[in-house]
Amino acid sequence: MDNRTFETRTLVRIALIAALIAALGFVPPIYLPLAAGVPITAQSLGVMLAGLLLGARAGAAAVGLFVFVVLLGAPLLSGGRGGLGVLATPTAGFLIGYVAGGYVTGLVAERLAARNLPALATALIAAITGGILTVYAFGIPGLAMMAHISLAKAFIGTTVFVPGDLIKAVGAAVLATTVLRNWSIAAPHRP
Amino acid sequence: MIAGYLSGRSLLHRLPAGVKLIALAVLSVLIVPLDSPVLLAMALAAVLIVYSSFGRPGLRRLAQWRSLAPLLVVIFALQVWAASVEVALASVLRIAVMVLLADLVTHSTRLQDMMDALALPMRPLKRFGLDPERIALAVALVLRFVPVLLDTWRGREEAWRARSPRRPGLPLIGAFFSGALAMSDQVAEALDARGFGAPRRPRTPRKPRI
Repeated sequence: MDNRTFETRTLVRIALIAALIAALGFVPPIYLPLAAGVPITAQSLGVMLAGLLLGARAGAAAVGLFVFVVLLGAPLLSGGRGGLGVLATPTAGFLIGYVAGGYVTGLVAERLAARNLPALATALIAAITGGILTVYAFGIPGLAMMAHISLAKAFIGTTVFVPGDLIKAVGAAVLATTVLRNWSIAAPHRP
Repeated sequence: MIAGYLSGRSLLHRLPAGVKLIALAVLSVLIVPLDSPVLLAMALAAVLIVYSSFGRPGLRRLAQWRSLAPLLVVIFALQVWAASVEVALASVLRIAVMVLLADLVTHSTRLQDMMDALALPMRPLKRFGLDPERIALAVALVLRFVPVLLDTWRGREEAWRARSPRRPGLPLIGAFFSGALAMSDQVAEALDARGFGAPRRPRTPRKPRI
């Protein structure tokens, strides 16, 4: 993109999607018995949606804005967590990975769209690459570093979340394609 | 509704946000390299004393980090298995101290004060298109949109339940999204009408083709 600042409408949409990621944190988490009580939340679904609905740049901006608001002190991470303390938690890497994940999701979706694949397949591949692979690429080293454990152990420890994340990727792909099909209804004043 | 701030008049509350952020940075540099569980436990005790001085709200604040406990247990177990009890204790204590210390800054600083403190270091970012004024607006919008989105969803869900015995599905979610996007565009128009950040040339957001 050529100009550096966002147009007002894009800026407000970025804020809306950031708020949506936050709102997804209020969806009751699903507790997996095998994950030692660590909850599976809907919040990473919002990261995938950000990239799919807004594209790479604005999508990353939306996720970044969400993370920024959380760090400022709004308790919007699932479980009502927020503030600078989250940077010191073992899952801080995932939070940074979210921003990169939003960008990669949008980027892959944009690139694949040029190849005229079916919309749903495009969205699904983008959501898996950005929302899962990219997020884990940051999250696993972060976990290893913060918890002083080896990369291999951090990797094994996080695999319990992959099935849930795959379900979320399918959900994000179906949702995004549905919403994008009705985009003209959503934006009635496009000149 | 959305704030990590606890009102109060303590010394911590009266310090400027910038000073607290710098102090936090300095303390983290001192605490993170510590390997002795005894020293870390003393640090944790000191932090907990500060929390208890805030009374009941401070203790409630501590309970907010309950969700971190299972993860700490897993890390502790992994460390005992891979290294030693001493290393495991140090890791878990270090995380607890740093999280609670940083949270002290959050709960004694208003969100607005935090924004103001960050406006200065963020100024050079203006060159990359990150205007602090626009960021402040975006933050305010997020904080306002969250309850609006939750209310809208609740309203739509109730309307659905009143009419159908089935669980709300994709049609409802689709309508919710379309409605939310339409609302955000109306907000953008209202902002533009009030002369907020007139763009150099009007552009519509590109529709991602997927």
